[in-house]
Amino acid sequence: MSTSSTNIPALLDVTDVSKSFGTVQVLRSVSLRVARGEVVTVIGPSGSGKTTLLRCVNFLESYDSGSIRIDGKEVGFRETGARQRRGERDLAAMRAETGMVFQSFNLFPHLTAAGNIMLGLTKVRGKSRAEARTIADHWLGRVGLAHKADSLPAELSGGQQQRVGIARAVAMGPKILLLDEITSALDPELVGEVLEVVRSLAEDGMTMVMVTHEMAFARDASSRIIFMADGGVSAAGPPSEILAADTDNERLRTFLARFRASHF
Amino acid sequence: MGYALNFNLIWRHFDKLWGGLLLSLELAVISIAIGIVIGLVLAVWYVSAGRIVRTIIAAYVEFIRNVPLILLVYLVFYGLPTVVDIAYSAPTSFVVTLSLYSGAYLVEVFRSGLEAVPRGQLDAGKAIGLTPWQRLLNVRLPTMLRITLPALSNTFISLFKDTSIASVISVPELTYGAQWINFNTFRIVEVYLVVTAMYLVTGYILLFALRLVERRFRAAR
Repeated sequence: MSTSSTNIPALLDVTDVSKSFGTVQVLRSVSLRVARGEVVTVIGPSGSGKTTLLRCVNFLESYDSGSIRIDGKEVGFRETGARQRRGERDLAAMRAETGMVFQSFNLFPHLTAAGNIMLGLTKVRGKSRAEARTIADHWLGRVGLAHKADSLPAELSGGQQQRVGIARAVAMGPKILLLDEITSALDPELVGEVLEVVRSLAEDGMTMVMVTHEMAFARDASSRIIFMADGGVSAAGPPSEILAADTDNERLRTFLARFRASHF
Repeated sequence: MGYALNFNLIWRHFDKLWGGLLLSLELAVISIAIGIVIGLVLAVWYVSAGRIVRTIIAAYVEFIRNVPLILLVYLVFYGLPTVVDIAYSAPTSFVVTLSLYSGAYLVEVFRSGLEAVPRGQLDAGKAIGLTPWQRLLNVRLPTMLRITLPALSNTFISLFKDTSIASVISVPELTYGAQWINFNTFRIVEVYLVVTAMYLVTGYILLFALRLVERRFRAAR
């Protein structure tokens, strides 16, 4: 496992998390520590539990055992007494501290680009509409969409929608950003513009955990890569180590070989 | 076949039809408004409730949908006052009936709309920290409305036409007006031609207005 971040207090601390859907175990005692400012990429074959792990971090999915802490605070369950799910208001407040960007963008279709960003700012952060609009405009500028502020999602390309999705997440000022295969639904020529935004956020020091199939991007942008297989962490380390063709890890080697074969 | 159409008698009593049409619209608007409230509340309750509540709501919907409206009108107007101590006018009784009736149909429309809202949108609402109530108001209901508008328009037109059933308890709406003229002038063909035209024109105007609303909302999607 990673040795680099064990001494610094972790921003995200996932310890021994397990989860089953019915009889299928999707997470097997997964542990993961992410320090402030780190960019961690999770790779692995489909069905390996990557997305489920990410969805547990902001409690879109519950988990059966183990603990997930952000900034020392248990995410989905009460800290004292028996293991008990937090109340909905409590959960909402916790989720506001983590940003999430989805594979299928999931913009609110009835709201404009600016409106999508303003919703959380006004309802959750209690900003006035004018303040929220200023923040929305700032982030739309950051993702290169200042001119699309008043466009509805249906009027935007996939790449533009996803950049709004990123702006919506970061505008809330989250402690950590979760990116769930955010380029998988995009036409190849639109992938670059989205990754560019992620890269610039990383340069700003945003802490990120991302699930992706963009290996080249993972190599360049992440400080660590986690390889998941069968619901567990199979390998973890710096990109150069994990993506090396001659790794000792049999499963990882197969995964990478298959991946390389299918990307030519 | 020597029947000669003569509309003069109809025009002489046209106030009965005009007043009847206005009352029909009034009955429809009030009942639909109450029906929307019933439908929304029960649909939202249904999708978030447990088995018992779901069963009760489903029973209400099934009961209303499987009993002819005319029977419901009789039950509420003649039946209910004999069981419980209430007295109401025929129009009020009809509004009560049509509200319950439209409520049952609208529960179904709204419920299927709520269930059709993509899960990803609800996830996005959760992810930015909206509470369940905020997600309902700001994410789920607006999307549900867009999904259900076409079905809603059709339901509204149906309910408007259903006001004609009120004539069986002598509510002086449009169909009752037609019957009154018929009894007093025996101009059966003329009066029903005119009344048919009035239902048609009103229905078309309503439909046109509702389609405009739909188009506005579809543009904003």
